[in-house]
Amino acid sequence: MFSALQDRVGQILLPGDEFCSDTDDTISLSEPVKSEKLVCGPGLRRSGARLLVCKSGVLRHKPPNVFWIDCQQRRYVPARGETVIGIVTAKSGDVFKVDVGGSEQASLSYLAFEGATKRNRPNVQVGDLLFAQFIVANKDMEPELACIDSSGRASGMGVFGGGGLLFRVSLGLVRRLLAPNSDVRSDLEQLFPCELVVGLNGRVWVKAASIQQTLIVANLLQSSDAMTATQRRQLFAKVQQGAL
Amino acid sequence: MKETPLSNCERDFLLKAIEEKKRLDGRQTYDYRTIKVTFGTDYGCCFVDLGKTRVMAQVSCEIVAPKESRPNEGIVFFNIELSPMASPTFEQGRQSELSVKLNRQLERCLRNSKCIDTESLCVVSGEKVWQIRVDVHVLNHDGNLMDASSIAAITALCHFRRPDVSTQGDEITVYSPEERDPIPLSVYHMPICVSFSFFQQGTYLLVDPCEREERVMDGLLMIAMNKHREICSIQSSGGIMLLKEQVMRCSKIASVKVSEITELVGKALENDRKARKAGEKCGFAESLPQERITALKTDKTPVEAMDVTEKVDDIIQKAEVPPLSVPSPSLPVPGVGQVGQNTWGLDEEEEEEEEGEEDRDSSGEEEEKGTKTQKEKDKDEVVELSDSEEEEVVILHPDT
Repeated sequence: MFSALQDRVGQILLPGDEFCSDTDDTISLSEPVKSEKLVCGPGLRRSGARLLVCKSGVLRHKPPNVFWIDCQQRRYVPARGETVIGIVTAKSGDVFKVDVGGSEQASLSYLAFEGATKRNRPNVQVGDLLFAQFIVANKDMEPELACIDSSGRASGMGVFGGGGLLFRVSLGLVRRLLAPNSDVRSDLEQLFPCELVVGLNGRVWVKAASIQQTLIVANLLQSSDAMTATQRRQLFAKVQQGAL
Repeated sequence: MKETPLSNCERDFLLKAIEEKKRLDGRQTYDYRTIKVTFGTDYGCCFVDLGKTRVMAQVSCEIVAPKESRPNEGIVFFNIELSPMASPTFEQGRQSELSVKLNRQLERCLRNSKCIDTESLCVVSGEKVWQIRVDVHVLNHDGNLMDASSIAAITALCHFRRPDVSTQGDEITVYSPEERDPIPLSVYHMPICVSFSFFQQGTYLLVDPCEREERVMDGLLMIAMNKHREICSIQSSGGIMLLKEQVMRCSKIASVKVSEITELVGKALENDRKARKAGEKCGFAESLPQERITALKTDKTPVEAMDVTEKVDDIIQKAEVPPLSVPSPSLPVPGVGQVGQNTWGLDEEEEEEEEGEEDRDSSGEEEEKGTKTQKEKDKDEVVELSDSEEEEVVILHPDT
């Protein structure tokens, strides 16, 4: 199965495609028997001896044995450790309820901010934006957020300052933006300076020098969702000529 | 599902942008989003795209008893359906405040303006009249549902044809479309609704608000007008005070917008009529552009097709003799009745690979071209039965 999967890395797979584990009926006695172990990421599901594709997208592979499907979905499912942009919807007792775009609202303790104590409460209002990290996220429990890392530092998380625009893009684009040496990001950097906060839940917050520029960045990112690299570069070049 | 809350940041930004006369999608203050009108294969089915907002209207008719107060008038009935498909906040089956409001406005816009000649819908006075039912389904919600549904409803009414009827004594005959051509409804005028949203207590005005703009607006003014500049209905909601000049200005803008939209709808109807007359393919599927996601496009990989013949021979040699008891008498011989032939949607690639061999005989499996389909065909020819072992071979090589 491993070789079958490796053959199709980089190809587009559709839900319903499947891989069968080919059981060899001959066992060589001289060579050591090595067990094939695969790690299935999102989009791949095991069903008995078969490996089913359950999302449409490109098959990716990370050595030695991790496979997953890189898809363009928009629905977010919380996962532990991911950083997201949330909107505070309610303050109830000692927790904030935060909308992260998942099926359920996440809870955020008011003590989970840098420097927060029982006396010293963070200044968070309903409707504020937060950049936070999941510390509990599984399918049976309410997800929990925190705005501090394990050492108690904010490390970039917390409440957003004023201004800027929030918009939604697909999760695939978010991952492409966050990838090291991301080409979308480097294209964007050449346009004009802007602040960009990218949450893994598909929300992106942008703040540039003027409202016009913020709108341009937001619309560029939203439209580059379904473009090839060359199309995107052409578009960015056009904007650059127009903007300068 | 609960609505995604609007953050303070978005609200502030939108209001600030509106102050600077900027909109989220780069439109000007008085611009509409792109309107697209398409028709289904049936009469009276119309899709309207207003930017990302998408609405479908379907008109249907039946013969019912008239209302006692109006014995010689047909009945026109409107229904707006907000399905959860349009937005996760819409709930199935329950009449929400929004749907009641839209329904009411649509009735006021189309029924109360008497744009449909209801008297021509009478079959037998006091006994039988046509009931025209307009179902408007919202398929996607990105703001300004009212304008989209009013355009969809009136266009569908113009497009609709009802069956012809004749009365002889007590006998009423309804003719099928094959016997007699269906009759269009008599539409006097086309009222079209134009929405204006107001911000900062009426200081700023926008035409055709999108969903996020609708959520930060203070008030909404809907003017239904026809191309003769007659106001059919006017409604203000949100509780803001408007000055007389503002309403006058809005009605002037509305008259311009309505004449533009009426022209567009007229063109769409004309195009559809021509296509139907010429017997061309018409309907919804024809009007869809072939959209493709290109971001994940991978380069074409050449198919290795050198040793396929040997492989096929090998398979033939190894294949067991099929059992003589045939489960189904029909043999999948290619070239005889190729309805159920397995093509696997490979036509495109096949064409590219087989350029210059246009006159490929479909039953000519001797041709050693060696695409996968051909291979399968060869196999079909030899094995002739759906042998389980052979099927496994097909599964193992799904790639082309």
